[in-house]
Amino acid sequence: MPVHPMIASLRRHRLTTCLLVLQVAVTCAVVANAAFLIVQRVHRVDVPSGLAESGLSILTLHRLHADPHPLGQYLADVDALRGLAGVQAAALVDGVPLSNGESAYGICAGAEAFQRARAARTMQVPGCAQPAVYSGGPGVVRALGLDLVAGRDFRNDEYVPGKANFALGDADAVIISRALAQRLYPDKPAVGQMLYMGADLHSGHGKRVVGVVAHLQRGMLRKASDYDQAMLVPSEPANGWAVYAVRSRPQDQARVLAAASKLLDARHPDRLGSDRSARTYAQMRADYFSRDTTMIGLLTASALGLLFVTALGIGGLASFWVQQRRRSIGIRRAVGASRNQILRYFMAENLLIVGTGAVLGAGLAVLLNLLLMRHYELPRLPGAYLPLGAVALCVLGQLAVMAPARRAAAVPPVVATRSG
Amino acid sequence: MFRYYMQLAVHSLWRHRTMTGLMVLAIGLGIGASMTMLTVLRVMGADPMPGRSGHLYRPYLDPLPADYKGSGLGPDPSINLTWPDAMALLHADKAAQQAAMAGTSLLVTPARAGMRSREEQGRMTTHGFFDLFGLRFVQGAPWSANDDAQAAQVAVLSQSLARRLYGGADPVGRTVRLGEHDFRVVGVIQDWAPRPMFYVDAAAQRFRGADAFFVPLSAGMALDLDVDGNVSSWGSGSGSDPRHSGNESWLQFWVRLDTPAQADAYRRFLHNYAAEQKAAGRFGRPPSRAHLYSLMGWLAARDIVPGDVRLQTLLALAFFGVCLLNIVALLLAKYLRRSAEISVRRALGARRRDIFAQFCAESALIGATGGLLGLAVAGFGLWSVRQRPDDYAHLARMDLPMLLATLAAAIAASVLAGVLPAWRASHVAPALQLKSL
Repeated sequence: MPVHPMIASLRRHRLTTCLLVLQVAVTCAVVANAAFLIVQRVHRVDVPSGLAESGLSILTLHRLHADPHPLGQYLADVDALRGLAGVQAAALVDGVPLSNGESAYGICAGAEAFQRARAARTMQVPGCAQPAVYSGGPGVVRALGLDLVAGRDFRNDEYVPGKANFALGDADAVIISRALAQRLYPDKPAVGQMLYMGADLHSGHGKRVVGVVAHLQRGMLRKASDYDQAMLVPSEPANGWAVYAVRSRPQDQARVLAAASKLLDARHPDRLGSDRSARTYAQMRADYFSRDTTMIGLLTASALGLLFVTALGIGGLASFWVQQRRRSIGIRRAVGASRNQILRYFMAENLLIVGTGAVLGAGLAVLLNLLLMRHYELPRLPGAYLPLGAVALCVLGQLAVMAPARRAAAVPPVVATRSG
Repeated sequence: MFRYYMQLAVHSLWRHRTMTGLMVLAIGLGIGASMTMLTVLRVMGADPMPGRSGHLYRPYLDPLPADYKGSGLGPDPSINLTWPDAMALLHADKAAQQAAMAGTSLLVTPARAGMRSREEQGRMTTHGFFDLFGLRFVQGAPWSANDDAQAAQVAVLSQSLARRLYGGADPVGRTVRLGEHDFRVVGVIQDWAPRPMFYVDAAAQRFRGADAFFVPLSAGMALDLDVDGNVSSWGSGSGSDPRHSGNESWLQFWVRLDTPAQADAYRRFLHNYAAEQKAAGRFGRPPSRAHLYSLMGWLAARDIVPGDVRLQTLLALAFFGVCLLNIVALLLAKYLRRSAEISVRRALGARRRDIFAQFCAESALIGATGGLLGLAVAGFGLWSVRQRPDDYAHLARMDLPMLLATLAAAIAASVLAGVLPAWRASHVAPALQLKSL
């Protein structure tokens, strides 16, 4: 298909063509970046929590009058919860992954790693880390549904009472996540190794890793390199408020959650209720990511809106041009062009315009990404998005021009003989 | 002539219904999306103290050691002040009005039986707080400087809390139980909920909630009340009394300075103070880090408008831009198609500017119709923002100025988009067109 006549005829509509090319270019740039941002957010929303989420409910107990030694009460609550119909497991914890709150401690795998950390005044040295630390009472691994890939669960005698004000009890064993194991002990199996938290190094009394779980997510997500670094300590939390993890079958969950909440209300008449005091874990997780899901929704709506408006623009303009060039189409048909040739001509002309716009758009996408990287701390756009965006827009353009091109092909040759 | 142009415009738009529909749709969507985000931006960037915000300032000191490296997991400790720094600023008394403060959350236990206890948000502060922000007392008065010195257990309540606890009776002189202790009520202020809550800690919600009670900071320290906010410590060992130490930051400090000269003087005072502390070995960073923020400057520095919202606004504006490009192209095609009609008018005596005016009127009509659609789209957009769980979401509403601005923006954008096509149309050579008729 000769391109030169097409360009020659487009020259007559320079301004309109330029505007259309510009529009396609801007759309391509914005949609490519939006698609990348959507994929980023979706990855974030999909991080594994490490828990067996279906059937897991979380209840919190805030009381009007704080008990100075509440642990006995809390453990009795857990026993009562276990007695409820439908409850497969229950345990006392101090927090769960993705709950928008976290306790983090600096830990090191040995004395020399600690010295390195001291010298550099940061925990970001080999052999040290700052994981999220969870503490739980007997049955916590089962209640949360953690997936042990090495080692074992805690034994009943390894649980120790925790101290007030969120201080950990003197436990000897810990279970860590696989990501944390790889960070602390990159070249050896983690089970059986020692790790030291803060004061442990002075006393020389560390904690032994007894188990490794596939995933255990942090309470709050910040840097991607810190995701999934967490550990579980068998210290029964004795804080001013308690968190209970209750596991049931998914089909029983609503009923069990209501029954558990009523049980706690009955056992503690001064319990302060709120809409966050009894939730399924799925709800907690959805709440944590609500900003991200909103952003995903908005980005998708904007991208689709842009594509829609651009498609309308291409189709509308093509339709107008077809109307304008009826006479010349008729003449071409009269001198022997077939319907198909007219159709292909218009499709090719459209491809030329949209293709130019898409190529420009790819370049614009890179520029836009640089701008976003500087002002909004977004990552670099991977190269794969550029050809994908360009091709997607070309396909969109072709689809949009199909109806007007068909109408052009339907122009009868007799139009050439008419003078109007 | 305007009525005639409008008639021509309506006639022409009706003839090409689908084309008109496309253009109205494009403008409506673009304007709707942009106005939604601009309303949200306006809510978040609003001035919480109109008339006073120009005189309120927030001192900033950086007490961290020179080689302090944050873990990135927690907030920046230098945002709040340490106790020694706040007390030094307070006692230096370099501002007309000043106050140090921190948030606290206490259980309010009503004296009347049958009423439920509720946890309320409040503030531990110094007596200058009320004058500083111009709060009006409906009953009683603030506590005195002496009360501050004595760590007296006194409290000022908000009007809604007072009403809830005491009904219509005068609560001044009565006792209110906050947390585990009794406080004597000395005053009741008119409800005050600035949006955003500029004086709260960085961790607090800025577009929801309000302080229900105020107690002296010294009493809060004496009774060891829990701080509701970011408490950050650094260095080694704050000893047995971390809150009094210079290694733990948890306080906020605001001052009122009436003239730019006073602001400059205060700035110099802050620099000198920081230099003294560095010489004494307490501060590790250079004294130039000390800064005096204006109220709006402080909100901007604290990223009152989160990056997500800014990105969404940019996206909406880019969308609007593409819609406008769309309109320009479509209008260009449409107007140039009517060269025959234009040439007839020119032949009958219309000047170039009459043609221009006619087409501008047509663009304006498209803009007005698109604006109406845009209002509906913006209404839907703001409704969907209100469903968000963010604390600013409930404030996203369309008010009359925004409504008028939407319509005006739609018409203006449309006319602007139509300028180039109208200009090109008015320059059509009549003779050439007439020949082919």
